[in-house]
Amino acid sequence: MIKHESIETNAGLLIILTMIVISIGGLVEIVPLFYINTTVEKVEGVRPYSPLELRGRDIYQREGCYLCHSQMIRPFRDEWLRYGHYSLAAESKYDHPFQWGSKRTGPDLARVGGKYSNEWHVAHLLNPRSVVPQSIMPNYPWLLETDLDYSDIAERMRALKKTGVPYSETQEEYDRNVAEFGAEVADKLDILNAEENLMKQALDNDYDGQRSRVTEMDALVAYLQVLGTMVDFSKYNEGYFTEFR
Amino acid sequence: MSEEKAKTQGAVQTTGHAWDGDLQEFNNPLPAWWLWAFYGTVLFAVVYWIFYPAWPVGTGYTTGVMNDVTFVDSDGKKMTTHWNTRALLLKEMQEGEEAQLTRKYLDRIDKAGFAEILGDAELMAFTRSYAKGVFGDNCAPCHGAGGTGVIGLFPNLADDDWLWGGTPQDIHQTITHGRYGFMPAFGEALSDQQIDDVADYVLSLSGHDVDGAAAARGQQVFQTEVGGCYYCHTHAATGLKSQGSANLTDRIWTIADVPGARTAEARHAAVRRVIEKGVQRRMPAWSDRLDPAQIKLLTVYVHELGGGQ
Repeated sequence: MIKHESIETNAGLLIILTMIVISIGGLVEIVPLFYINTTVEKVEGVRPYSPLELRGRDIYQREGCYLCHSQMIRPFRDEWLRYGHYSLAAESKYDHPFQWGSKRTGPDLARVGGKYSNEWHVAHLLNPRSVVPQSIMPNYPWLLETDLDYSDIAERMRALKKTGVPYSETQEEYDRNVAEFGAEVADKLDILNAEENLMKQALDNDYDGQRSRVTEMDALVAYLQVLGTMVDFSKYNEGYFTEFR
Repeated sequence: MSEEKAKTQGAVQTTGHAWDGDLQEFNNPLPAWWLWAFYGTVLFAVVYWIFYPAWPVGTGYTTGVMNDVTFVDSDGKKMTTHWNTRALLLKEMQEGEEAQLTRKYLDRIDKAGFAEILGDAELMAFTRSYAKGVFGDNCAPCHGAGGTGVIGLFPNLADDDWLWGGTPQDIHQTITHGRYGFMPAFGEALSDQQIDDVADYVLSLSGHDVDGAAAARGQQVFQTEVGGCYYCHTHAATGLKSQGSANLTDRIWTIADVPGARTAEARHAAVRRVIEKGVQRRMPAWSDRLDPAQIKLLTVYVHELGGGQ
């Protein structure tokens, strides 16, 4: 039996024992989530971001959008009416780090994808007050002026792959993605073709309205337009989701 | 302070430790009220564990007793589950006070045609209050809180001009499926001179004072295969509902900011820019995001914002 006095007079021992006590609290709350079957909903459609969307996510983080915008619609009536269906755990399973956020100076963005046109996003990001007079959001004019740097896109995908996001490099990984997401999506997740895929998506969709250039605006709007659109809720009975709580 | 207290209140026991020879700690017991409140919270936790989902067990968890929530699922079947926020949300959306108040109106809206809603003062009062919130959350970011739009980007819904038609059926179609407004850029197809001429002709259509010779040349471009403008805007230049092409003969402008231009040159430049660069405007489809009743209410609301047809 360790004596009270010997713990209090030994700083090293005190630190170790304190860490053990605190970590019990964390372990009890976190560890069960890994083996409880109903933590993450089983739904179709959720996929990792395409290369262009991924660069958009990086810009979203670089500009600190998460400081004012959450991406987490809670299961409350007022949030449902304003933002749409509450967020599922499955919808952010490939986000590292997740963008749930905890501060809503601006509106939640979990389902902003498809809600407004690309033109609206461009006008709004350049000067939010041009479309929403009472907005206090800053202007982000450099997004439209800065060419997108995608030289390290493969490295960025490899880094996320290490955290468990199923981007593919080998034929075997690619085949696994075809089986899980279908060939069309699996092609977008292929690290070896990342640059071509990024260029193709940017040029095909021309998110920023400047056909000749691929800018940071293209990437950010591509990311915003995919948020919350991956799950087709019309395919699921609402009762199904209650089984996951 | 502790020393003073010790002096005034008599001897307080120490913990018995002595540091650096003479440094001692007083042992003041916790107040009884605090200690009992603490025991109370421990007891509360035990009660909570019994009645609410609490402890992880294997691949599941204890769901608690006597906490069933019953709601109607998407297939219309009654479903009962243990207490959880998702089930409670569904129950509130179905049986909550707000839900019951609005349902009697929504049921009537569901059965009524547009003409019937527009002619019923009570239903219109409901529509105005209910659809105002839906409009604010979904439509106002582009069209503005009052529906006045942004010239050049998003159409004004509060005026009498309708690109895609102003009948309730047209508006319903627009909201449900979205619209894609497209005018090609003529910057390369036409010469600078031709674009200038067409701009003058277009301004003349709405009674602006322009160079008559230029307008006459512009008319040739507009009304023939050279420019082909009449394909979408028609020979009368009044626009086509099916294309969403603008009526150029009235004084309402949705893309070129002619009313905001102070000089004849600025007016000309505004129109010229549209011809040169073209127009691409996309309104998203709302059928996946809003339910049919909400779209119907919005239709009536938008119809009433301006001069609905």
